Amino acid sequence: MSIAPGLEHLPALPVVIPMIAAPVALLMRPGTTPWLWASIVSWVTLICTIMLLDQVWHSGPIVYEMGGWAAPLGITYYIDLANGLVMMLVAAMASVVFPYARTSVEAEIDRRQIPAFYTALLICMTGLLGVAATGDAFNVFVFLEISSLSTYALVAMGARRDRRALTAAFNYLIMGTIGATFYVIGLGLLYQSTGTLNLLDLHEQLANQDNKVVEAGFAFIVTGIGLKLAMVPLHLWLPNAYCFAPSAISAFLAATATKVQIYLMLRYVFTVFGFEFPFLEVALNAFLILGITGMFYASIVAVFRDNVKQMLAYSSIAQIGYMLLGISFGTVDGVAASLIHVFNHGLMKAALFMGVGCVVLRLGSSHFLAFKGLAKRMPWTAWGLILSGLSLVGVPPTVGFISKFQLMEAAFQTSTFISPLLVVLLIGASSLLAAVYIGRLIYAMVLEQPPEGAEKITEAPYTMRAALWLMVLANFYFFFHTDLTVDVAHQAAESLICMSAGCGGAY
Amino acid sequence: MIEFILERYNYLIVITLMMIGLYIVFSRGNLVKTIIGLNIFQTSVFIFYITIGKVAGGTAPILLGGYGGGHGDKHGDANHGDDHGKGHGTVHDGAHDKAAYEQGGDAETADSIYPANDLEEAIRSAGNQVLNAESDLHNVPEEFADSANQLASDAGLIEGDTANQLSDTLHDTPSELSRSAESHANALYDGAVNAGDSHGSAYAGDAAAYAGEILYSNPLPHVLILTAIVVGVATTAVGLALAVRIQEAYGTIEEDELEAEDYKAEFGHPITEGGAG
Repeated sequence: MSIAPGLEHLPALPVVIPMIAAPVALLMRPGTTPWLWASIVSWVTLICTIMLLDQVWHSGPIVYEMGGWAAPLGITYYIDLANGLVMMLVAAMASVVFPYARTSVEAEIDRRQIPAFYTALLICMTGLLGVAATGDAFNVFVFLEISSLSTYALVAMGARRDRRALTAAFNYLIMGTIGATFYVIGLGLLYQSTGTLNLLDLHEQLANQDNKVVEAGFAFIVTGIGLKLAMVPLHLWLPNAYCFAPSAISAFLAATATKVQIYLMLRYVFTVFGFEFPFLEVALNAFLILGITGMFYASIVAVFRDNVKQMLAYSSIAQIGYMLLGISFGTVDGVAASLIHVFNHGLMKAALFMGVGCVVLRLGSSHFLAFKGLAKRMPWTAWGLILSGLSLVGVPPTVGFISKFQLMEAAFQTSTFISPLLVVLLIGASSLLAAVYIGRLIYAMVLEQPPEGAEKITEAPYTMRAALWLMVLANFYFFFHTDLTVDVAHQAAESLICMSAGCGGAY
Repeated sequence: MIEFILERYNYLIVITLMMIGLYIVFSRGNLVKTIIGLNIFQTSVFIFYITIGKVAGGTAPILLGGYGGGHGDKHGDANHGDDHGKGHGTVHDGAHDKAAYEQGGDAETADSIYPANDLEEAIRSAGNQVLNAESDLHNVPEEFADSANQLASDAGLIEGDTANQLSDTLHDTPSELSRSAESHANALYDGAVNAGDSHGSAYAGDAAAYAGEILYSNPLPHVLILTAIVVGVATTAVGLALAVRIQEAYGTIEEDELEAEDYKAEFGHPITEGGAG
């Protein structure tokens, strides 16, 4: 397939379009215009990313040279299936969450701040897409900070409803900056021993190097990205940030931010370092232990949370554990399972946080008390929450089942230092924990009675319900149509592992 | 051991600053102090990047020198000779070849009178003359060629093979000499006008060779760190803005008090003594 004329610059468009659109939103009058503008931009970006993924699927990875300067001197955008999929996920989530945001944002944010809100949201989207698209290691840092800085501001905007959003944003800023700085230190060490910043070139330059400098660089980079993706001992910033952020932001971040970091981790572990790097095995074993710890620790904490948003935030940390587990297998199936879960978890968490956003809009709280008898008071929202909750647990026919099934299948075929059967049982056990906390929510919504004398409330507005149910239906659709997720993820994982060590994997 | 450490003093500074910064971030309760700690931490990384880009004895990465003036001096000698030799040497070489072979031809028929070491001496003196001549820019190449020819004819009485060798050496020497002399002439000449012909490309080569002699520091880490400084300033700005908003909302920026307030908001009662979480 030859590239259609006018589309030579397609790889840059998903990053450039929201970047140019963001300051325009700032100039608009508070009201619906910035919202409409951001939504249209997100749809255009989604079309670009779909075309991009289609092009990569049919004609292989694309290397786009920024300004015509070739690698390793110039900055290149390198798009293969792995980041094509992640970019599409980010754009798709944006194009669902942005339309959803309108009423919710008007209720939760000072009216004067609305243009600034959508500007920050578009900048955040730019950063996330940029991290995924770029093939230059320092560019990654710049885009990381573009997305993080706007995220701090967005989280802090939740302060109108609860002032704790400010302290949450501040803690996120401190942790996030330490993470990014660690990444830069590691990158400096790598640059010192290779003299290049291009991710693919780094792989070639590092192929025959194994010394303390490279190992230290690797450790700094993995820790830095680990902080950004809330790997378990480094997760402390996440629960409060997701909990006190405006509902739309919680939905958008939970579905995209940590997913992009997982992609970045994959890129570093397999593309840049690869299996020839002896230190990699240490890291993979660490991912295995941290992943399993995260799955259990965060799930158990989630069971005892009384704030539903905080419960879902801890659940996100647990789900990151599954993704790390998939990476730690170091096989095509494992990495594919990780990528599939990245996509599927984006779908289910977006749906869940959007459902909670509807409740917050009508009842003003995300505490468990507000959910009592919700199935009678707001049936659409409640059933949307129930179905996406079942997807989170992994009940067929939802995407959650596909994720768990792929992960277990991958676990059976690996020989980590923990026996495969035990790993599979642990995955099952942590799914049961998810069943407990989701079950608690379902029990409150369906079986408990609304508080005595509660006034009648109307359902959430149509735009919000439509976005919520679009996501809920996507949770079912991608169970039956796995060609997008499973096939693309398997191909992407194969190319990642192939690049790393010739086909087959190290274990 | 001490030398090993002293040689790497820049890394010591980086690590010390890094640890000071991180310690302040973790230990200070005041939000503004935390941000200052974060700044120190980031500064250590800036210094780290700057030191890895620094080349010992290297200068700032700015293009020094230029076209035109300054080429005639001793910097360019070797290069001038080589580069111009390719372009201009041929005609002269041909002429000298002819002359030298004629001389050699004469020598073949003559008997050998001078011993070999005398020959060597003759060559050496010729070489010295050549060196002297080279240092003198005002002499015209033909003069040297003549004097060299003279030497060659002095050696005309030597036995065949030796004479051939000698005449080869001699004919090489003047042609080299003429090249270098010519190149100096060219340098002075070209500075002003001659850019159209083969001198142009030769001069580009000269400029590159000239630049190669200057040791530059690696500019890339510096550029990267300029970007990182911008990011750091932005982070500080957002952090301080958040601190201001926290001061407005809570009336304090002390972490302990903020935690107590948040705890009360979450659980409905203040933290009990010793049970702070």
